[in-house]
Amino acid sequence: MEEMVRLEHITKKFGNNIIIPDFNITIYDGEFITLLGPSGCGKTTLLRMIAGLETPTSGKIFLADQDVTSLAPYKRDVNMVFQNYALFPHMNVEDNIRFGLTMKKVPKEEQETRINQVLYLTQLETFRTRSPLQMSGGQQQRVAIARALVNNPKVLLLDEPLGALDYKLRKKMQLELKNLQRGLGLTFIYVTHDQEEALTMSDRVVVMHNGVLEQDASPDVIYHAPKSKFVASFIGENNFFDLDGNKALAIRPQKIQLCKEEDETSAGNNKVKYGTIVDVVFCGTIDKIYVRMDNSNDTVVAYQYLNDTIPWKCDTRVGVWWEKKDEVIVEK
Amino acid sequence: MKKGKLLVLPGMMWLAIFFALPMLIVVAVSFATRNSYGQVIFNFTLANYQRFFESLYLRIFITTIFTAIFTTVITFLMGYPLAYTIAFLPKKWQQPCLIMVMIPFWINFLIRSYAWVIILRSQGLINTFLMKAGLIVKPLALLYNDYAVMLGMIYALVPFMVLPIYVSIEQLDKRLLEAASDLGAPPMTAFRKITFPLTLPGIATGSILVFISSLGMFVVPDIMGGAKSALIGNIIQNQFLAARDWPFGSALSIVLGVLALILIMLYYKVLEGQKGGTNNEKELA
Repeated sequence: MEEMVRLEHITKKFGNNIIIPDFNITIYDGEFITLLGPSGCGKTTLLRMIAGLETPTSGKIFLADQDVTSLAPYKRDVNMVFQNYALFPHMNVEDNIRFGLTMKKVPKEEQETRINQVLYLTQLETFRTRSPLQMSGGQQQRVAIARALVNNPKVLLLDEPLGALDYKLRKKMQLELKNLQRGLGLTFIYVTHDQEEALTMSDRVVVMHNGVLEQDASPDVIYHAPKSKFVASFIGENNFFDLDGNKALAIRPQKIQLCKEEDETSAGNNKVKYGTIVDVVFCGTIDKIYVRMDNSNDTVVAYQYLNDTIPWKCDTRVGVWWEKKDEVIVEK
Repeated sequence: MKKGKLLVLPGMMWLAIFFALPMLIVVAVSFATRNSYGQVIFNFTLANYQRFFESLYLRIFITTIFTAIFTTVITFLMGYPLAYTIAFLPKKWQQPCLIMVMIPFWINFLIRSYAWVIILRSQGLINTFLMKAGLIVKPLALLYNDYAVMLGMIYALVPFMVLPIYVSIEQLDKRLLEAASDLGAPPMTAFRKITFPLTLPGIATGSILVFISSLGMFVVPDIMGGAKSALIGNIIQNQFLAARDWPFGSALSIVLGVLALILIMLYYKVLEGQKGGTNNEKELA
């Protein structure tokens, strides 16, 4: 795989605030990589530094092996899809898309071909002369993507591009974006705080916390083998049991099994702990059952699927167990 | 709904009594004559409007319009960069800068005009300094000419240009500039293609405020222009006070008003054309 973007010892301070202490990463050609983390973790700052909209306090940024650290954004071969689209309100869809081509002095005929291409890709052919002000969020989103894609950038940077859309449309656009990326073989660097989005779309997920890279792995590994307690709790729900030293045991709620206190046969040889149900929450496909464990303040959450037969109720005493293979040991 | 409509009543009455009625009176008087004591006599005549076409008044009228256009252009050239700079300052510096732009308004306009006289006259600040320094032998004629009038008007009207332009630049979504830069536009191009067209409404408001104000200006030419440079404002003021010819003064006011209206409409047409490339406005309308 060819290297596309490399960040070397990037640091960023705003005044006395250290946003990013020391960040290193290499991103390869054709990858769909997601920077994932809570707001304020520095993911957007990193993306803006790659675009050139922000300058690192120290460190170097390489784009296809060229040092671009001090290169102005308009000279970089990357394009960005902004969080709120940032479409030019005084231009129609076509002129918005044409903007980048005019700047790069692409010949007129080629402009037409390329504009037609992206309009087709983003299914915007009928919106050509529309003003962005007259379009819905999803349509504006497509224009923003078309406007970036038409420049054939080496890397497409996407800053929470689906954040403003409603749930259904977001799901649809996730698939469309993923297909677009696969079809064009482009490198996508995607920023989001939505863990589900990160898991479904990416080849590789980089979890960030307070400007620090917590874990950099495939969605599968991130979900099933989180390295730290932060990753384990940020991605999906998790139950933690403290171990000696600075380790903890993490067990996913769907791996937690419940049994009646007086009937432990289902647990087999696994160790059973006891507690009292404090809450049962209906969530559609699952019920979430919260159990306060005896002799501690820990509350464990277990998912119960509809086909499970016991109708659990509050204040019932239950046994809690899990299989050894579902235990994940994480750093605290 | 009915009760809500009552709320506009005070405002409407105010407009009717203090705007529409006086306006009608001025129109009526402009078609009247006066007797030798200056009393207005209502017998319909067009003579006042005919008199406007005498070369003396036509010439003053044209001078006035050119002075107003020139003032507008200069205040724009000075005001836009100033407004732009203020709008891009850190937030905590913007307010003090705007207050500095507005502070002169707190002082009476007449006094400020006389202050210019003190600065510019033969024994004034500038001439005294230059003579003491041995750079000139006799005082420069800085006051009582068209340049002095222009200086006074620009001085007085710059804030009217700065404030609306500041507002439109301040409201501009700065991410659009980031997007432009990201798409390959160097700063100057981004300004030309994004900032400037999107701040045209502010420029229009500022220009019209300055243009209208300078059309009717009579204090500045009176104090700083001396006898030689009269603008149409001075003539109108004269008709109502010294000459006691209210009908002619009214006719001049009406002509000035109508012309200003036509020019403003033309100006908006041109601005629309400027934005034309995309036809957004037309489609939305």
